[in-house]
Amino acid sequence: MAYSDKVIDHYTNPRNVGTLDKSSHKVGTGLVGAPECGDVMRLQIEVDDNNVITDAKFKTFGCGSAIASSSLATEWLKGKSIDDAMKIDNMDIVEELALPPVKIHCSVLAEDAIKAAINDFRVKNGLAPIESEKVHH
Amino acid sequence: MNIPIYLDNNATTPMDPRVLEAMLPYFTTKFGNAASRNHPFGWVAEEGVDYAREQVAKLIGANEKEIIFTSGATESDNLAIKGVFEMYKDKGNHIITTVTEHKAVLDACKHVEKLGGKVTYLPVKEDGLVDLAVLEAAMTPETILVSVMYGNNEIGVIQPIKEISAIAHKYGALFMTDAVQAVGKIPVDVNADGIDLLALSAHKIYGPKGVGALYVRRKGPRVKVTAQMDGGGHERGMRSGTLNVPGIVGLGKACELCGLEMESEAKRLSVLRDKLESALTVLEESYVNGNVEHRLPHVANISFKYVEGEGLMMAMKDLAVSSGSACTSASLEPSYVLKSLGLSDDLAHSSIRFGLGRFTTEEEVDYAVEVTKNSVNHLRELSPLWEMFKEGIDLDSIEWAEH
Repeated sequence: MAYSDKVIDHYTNPRNVGTLDKSSHKVGTGLVGAPECGDVMRLQIEVDDNNVITDAKFKTFGCGSAIASSSLATEWLKGKSIDDAMKIDNMDIVEELALPPVKIHCSVLAEDAIKAAINDFRVKNGLAPIESEKVHH
Repeated sequence: MNIPIYLDNNATTPMDPRVLEAMLPYFTTKFGNAASRNHPFGWVAEEGVDYAREQVAKLIGANEKEIIFTSGATESDNLAIKGVFEMYKDKGNHIITTVTEHKAVLDACKHVEKLGGKVTYLPVKEDGLVDLAVLEAAMTPETILVSVMYGNNEIGVIQPIKEISAIAHKYGALFMTDAVQAVGKIPVDVNADGIDLLALSAHKIYGPKGVGALYVRRKGPRVKVTAQMDGGGHERGMRSGTLNVPGIVGLGKACELCGLEMESEAKRLSVLRDKLESALTVLEESYVNGNVEHRLPHVANISFKYVEGEGLMMAMKDLAVSSGSACTSASLEPSYVLKSLGLSDDLAHSSIRFGLGRFTTEEEVDYAVEVTKNSVNHLRELSPLWEMFKEGIDLDSIEWAEH
């Protein structure tokens, strides 16, 4: 299967690889997926007092599309408010990276990672987690 | 050195130019139908087929009359399993095979089950070999066929064929082997090994695609299979259809070359394979899959823990290899062969198969080692699992959300 240029670009030059201090109350961490399934994403956000994401980092165990999806997600998250970040839809990632149907689960995982990171941040700061009732495409 | 480097010789091999040369006249000037008995065009084609039959037979220690040409090993496997089941159904309805067989064998067995047959799928030991005691315990008076592959396509382990065939015969069953990966790579002798039926393919031994053969024993015992294709009664009535003369000539030539060069090739390739393997297992948390003593000379299957195989292959884009990970399939299930060795799913996802071949050079192997090492290290930098491992976190203690 051929990968799109954008997937190859993110895979070859992944943006924002790294680790944020997960004990900080400003940092939210989302760890999704499972090793048995061949995909694990860890996505972290750092949020300022105005609820704006100032930094985002990821590490991913998975195929090229999974790595590209999480790399793209960190790029999109930086500078966004928490509210806008919650609106990122997996199909936006599918479209941007031109993922084929068998790789849609990679984008789903990236969306899950974003929501998990945001909820981790909310819980740390005394807020209730946001339940997502969205049915994935 | 040409990039990308081809290290997927278990999937298919490039055709040897000498094979192509032997085939060419049979497309144009010697185009006759080998079944045309009334004119020289037919005779010339038949001569080509007869010679090829001898070349194939010689490589596996058979008589040329025991070779049935087919469209490839998938057809040979199907013909052997379904054909034996139909032919011997009055004698019994039980077939024994293993869980690590090629899909052509497994799916033919599933078909037999649909027809009312009983099939036992033997597990394998951690090293990929069949446990002889488990095999013997599975034999019943109803068992008509034991089908165990010679060399495994994913991990390269060689089954104890002589011992397995002896057990089959002790209980009055026939022994069949899918020897696609072994024939031409290591010595295979149908008499010494006690083989009654054997499937082989041309394109795994530097011959053309679309042609293979089934060896069917004629003496001690005389084995028969029910044809799965009805027609002109070619190939002693076991496989109808106009013979693929150029393909068959190519298969013959490929077998002859393997017979001549196998011994030195096996030595050369095992040296290169060992070099590759020892250079790569220097990497932390890398493991060789399958028995390392009883195996084909040209295969290395290695798991690099904490990196995912498909992602790794993408980083190694200059190398054509294969992975036990199946991230592209809808099921997301990793290799059933690796799982049957007892490998956890994550290790199965992290595996790469290197298949060396006749045209693999030492320079290419050295390059492959460098590319693989760099890629594994690069992906581990990106891997949250590697980071956790390095921090001493037990990954099994984490509650993963399976998706």
